[in-house]
Amino acid sequence: MFLKASGLCQSHGNRMTLRDIDLEVKQREVFVIIGPTGSGKTTLLRLLGLLDRPTAGQIVVGGQEVTDSERSRLGTRRRMATVLQKPVVFNASVYANVAYGLKIRGEKRDVRHRKVATALEAVGLSGSAERNARTLSGGEIQRVALARAMVIEPELLLLDEPTANLDPVSTSTVEKLISHIIQRLDTTVIMTTHDMLQGQRLADRMGVLMAGEMLQTGDPRDVFNLPRGREIAEFVGMENMLHGVIASNDEGIAIVDIAGKVIQAVTNFGPGEQVYVCIRPEEITLTGTKDSTSARNVFPGEVARVVSFGPLARVEIDCGFPLVALITKRSADEMDMHTGSHINASFKATGVHVITR
Amino acid sequence: MSELANAFVTALKLIFTGDPEVLAIAGRTLAISLTSTLLAALMCVPLGCFIYFHSFRGKGLLISVIQTFYSLPTVFVGLIVFITLSRAGPLGGLGILFTPQAIVVGHVVLIAPLVTGLTISALGGVSPEIKDTAISLGATRFQTVRTILVEARYATLTALMVGFGRAISEVGIAIMVGGNIRGFTRTLTTAMSLETSMGNIELSMALGIILITLALVASILVNRLQRR
Repeated sequence: MFLKASGLCQSHGNRMTLRDIDLEVKQREVFVIIGPTGSGKTTLLRLLGLLDRPTAGQIVVGGQEVTDSERSRLGTRRRMATVLQKPVVFNASVYANVAYGLKIRGEKRDVRHRKVATALEAVGLSGSAERNARTLSGGEIQRVALARAMVIEPELLLLDEPTANLDPVSTSTVEKLISHIIQRLDTTVIMTTHDMLQGQRLADRMGVLMAGEMLQTGDPRDVFNLPRGREIAEFVGMENMLHGVIASNDEGIAIVDIAGKVIQAVTNFGPGEQVYVCIRPEEITLTGTKDSTSARNVFPGEVARVVSFGPLARVEIDCGFPLVALITKRSADEMDMHTGSHINASFKATGVHVITR
Repeated sequence: MSELANAFVTALKLIFTGDPEVLAIAGRTLAISLTSTLLAALMCVPLGCFIYFHSFRGKGLLISVIQTFYSLPTVFVGLIVFITLSRAGPLGGLGILFTPQAIVVGHVVLIAPLVTGLTISALGGVSPEIKDTAISLGATRFQTVRTILVEARYATLTALMVGFGRAISEVGIAIMVGGNIRGFTRTLTTAMSLETSMGNIELSMALGIILITLALVASILVNRLQRR
């Protein structure tokens, strides 16, 4: 374990912003904390980056417990680097900005020069070294902030919503840069994001933070497919969440009663258990009423609304319960789908995720 | 109107022919104001830093008092310095009343609140993220303070510029503790006041133009520094 936090709490006045957070991050692991805005991601990252002190709990970095003394905190802080959510640059040249961490560590001028040049090249700002950093664009400032952090060669790199304030193009540039830095530095990374997909793209492991509590940690795929609880399911984009009761379970294939309709699902929940049944919109297939399908779950229904965005179409269907399906715009057109069309919505038993209520 | 225009033309002549008395007064004024600003900077910038970086009881009140003293009346400062430096006063032994040094003392007292207060504002104008960034990159407490100071350098320079402007343009202190002694403590403002009352409008106008030009040049220099 490179970083171990236990029982971390943070309060602002009477309000508890973080509650009893336990966290373990292995060496060279990329751990992504996801959660909606205001869930406490920044607060947590500031505690881990030793910028703030927790009201309770302890942090161990690289086997060393972080104590209250400023000297110990500084020593540990110098092994890490944090890129803040709203990165700011010093009113100085790009070069001076990137060199800052090395300068305050008393690195020699030639070492500084070499390392800064490498970092600037890595973020694609070699040509702007002499420019005043204040004149850069948002995406460029983010890149300076990354270079400024990576030049220190930290054992632990903390990134707080590194793409939160960027346009889509800059976001993709910065994200590529982050994967590049992660590979190159071979360092431990803790990153926060509210972008579920970005988290999936970058994470080795993931933690879901909601209202100040770490509700689930694990493999990104598990978090995505087997969200523990309704809030997480909604956050990771589970759109079809139906409330039901397990009627029977035959060796892992359960019959779930959804308001009188029956859905078959792969799960280990036993009879009588109250559950949510989640079906990802992209796992639902829409066919004409006469076509046959091998899926275990087939529901005839009526199209309530079709909304297309880009190459995709979002189809809202009424099958006695509401379902949302995501299909390509092309197939929606081919099937001449419109409000009032009668179709069959089908999905596999393995495409149904059953979570506890 | 034509009188004003005539005065202006004569003023320009006086300036460009290099009238020795006018030049001497201008030089003296500049020397006094620069000395005052420098002394105020040496004392008040560190004081402003000290106040900004420390929390103590009554800090808010202290800052309010400092800000109130921005508009200290020059004649009042003149009076206090006069009493202090007069033979019977507490610093009468120095014997500097009616010397340029006395004017400098008065100017320093006058602009000290301005420079201190504006230094505090300058530091407050540095975004809090700068502090976080410095700390997150491994800065010690001292290095963090230094970084914030460096970030506030242009705003601090503006504080000094404002102090200089107030010193060079005031007349109350210069006349009360300087005494407007020809060739010794006469400054641009005291000379203007005297010449105007004697009816030498052209000369007075020339002195005024020089005064404004000096202030303008100083302001341009600071602006150019800031733009770099």
